[in-house]
Amino acid sequence: MKKYLLAVHLDESAAPPSETELRAHLARTGQVTDEMRAAGSWVFVGGLLPSHATTVVHPGNGGSTVTDGPFAETKEQLGGIWVIRCEDLDQALGWAEKCALACRCPIEVRPFEDSRRA
Amino acid sequence: MDLDSIYRAEYGRCVATLTRLLGDIGLAEEAVQDAFAVAIEKWGEAPPPNPGAWIVTAARNRAIDRLRRESTREARHAQTLLLHQADEPEEVGPVRDDQLRLIFTCCHPALSPLAQTALTLRLLGGLEVAEIARAYLVPEATIAQRIVRAKKKIRDAGIPYRVPAEAELPDRLPPVLTVLYLIFNEGYTSTSGGLLRTDLSLEAVRLARALAELMPDEPEVLGLLALLLLVEARRPARVGPSGELVVLAEQDRSLWNRELIAEGHELVRRCLRRGQPGPYQLQAAINAVHTDGPATDWTQVLALYDQLLRHSPTPVVALNRAVAVAEVHGPARALAAIAELELPGYHLLPATRADLLSRLGRTAEAVSAYDEAIALATNATERGFLEKRRARLSTGA
Repeated sequence: MKKYLLAVHLDESAAPPSETELRAHLARTGQVTDEMRAAGSWVFVGGLLPSHATTVVHPGNGGSTVTDGPFAETKEQLGGIWVIRCEDLDQALGWAEKCALACRCPIEVRPFEDSRRA
Repeated sequence: MDLDSIYRAEYGRCVATLTRLLGDIGLAEEAVQDAFAVAIEKWGEAPPPNPGAWIVTAARNRAIDRLRRESTREARHAQTLLLHQADEPEEVGPVRDDQLRLIFTCCHPALSPLAQTALTLRLLGGLEVAEIARAYLVPEATIAQRIVRAKKKIRDAGIPYRVPAEAELPDRLPPVLTVLYLIFNEGYTSTSGGLLRTDLSLEAVRLARALAELMPDEPEVLGLLALLLLVEARRPARVGPSGELVVLAEQDRSLWNRELIAEGHELVRRCLRRGQPGPYQLQAAINAVHTDGPATDWTQVLALYDQLLRHSPTPVVALNRAVAVAEVHGPARALAAIAELELPGYHLLPATRADLLSRLGRTAEAVSAYDEAIALATNATERGFLEKRRARLSTGA
């Protein structure tokens, strides 16, 4: 079994969702997570607050410096993640498709480094 | 058969089988290359009667030796897999063909289109990196890097080594068809050396047949097979006695392979009955018209090209359609149809323009268009053909 990260790429420049939209969104993503659980593929899920709440710590000069804001100032930011356990990429892509349709956002699929040895 | 032709013929099959046995493309390639290195020493002048089987056995043994020397968990895993599978009967499933499985891996949509074709040509066609680079008019280093990166991605991302399930086919099939078509074309007009690389074309036909057996209900698979068969059927007439290119209109039709034509026509009829036309079926239908009766019915060909252009509005289709326009409506209309086309680096655009110009009596312009085409043509035989055409023009013959 391999582990994959499904990262939600959220367009933060878009208008924020209404209360109703947000509830519908959470219902859709929650259903995908339930399906993952039922299939035994689920490892972790978490939605993230927008990047206004982000802080970056940089190493340097034997110490570190702290800056406000996301690491990269791009309009697409990490909106949330799933971690799943799958046989192969095709299975992971199957889940990613469900996540993309539920979030209406692009989903980046990345294998975990240890998955080859797991 | 010398070792070079054995390598060419057996490399892809051996890598595909070893990939199944080892579960890793990189290890499979190493093992097959090791086995060929041993073959050079052991075979001498007389290769064994079934060189492919010899290579697979030798490669399997080399792989076991190699894995025994390594102590990583991955190596131990691969070794267990290999020893475990060795005594099992042949896998029974919808597809027995290791190469078909490998082609779906190589043409996985998670790989870039260039990586898909490069990998398929390297692994299944046994082409060298330099040959692939020439075929795609890109630097050798680019192809080498794409192949390395694609193999790494297959392993690291966990792209499976299997034929996709029914529901996945609409997404997974088109890149496979494209790649088979490109391999066939590379064999039909080799980018280097002589005109034909028959082994590559036959390999593409073989893979297309295997695909059609696996998916008899996919009209585009049947369409691709029909297209390849109908083009392949004309091969014996396509090259003259001294190796020169003979164009369709001047071909000796008695040299065409009647059996392949009959098979191709039957497939086209099967496609027509299904009534779900697609690009490969339409191209097959065009070639069915070319191979039907004593001469081509160009009106019918043009109607099919119109339909094809609606399906795939690409400059290459527009260029091919122009050839039919010239036959039906004359060269002036055809020339106007291709005036706006842009196909950088593609010798057949200036070659077609040159032919149309010469038919219109615009000799000086035709000569310079031929010059342009000759400069772009990478195949020696095609270049020879174009040079002859140009010479005929300037002598006024």
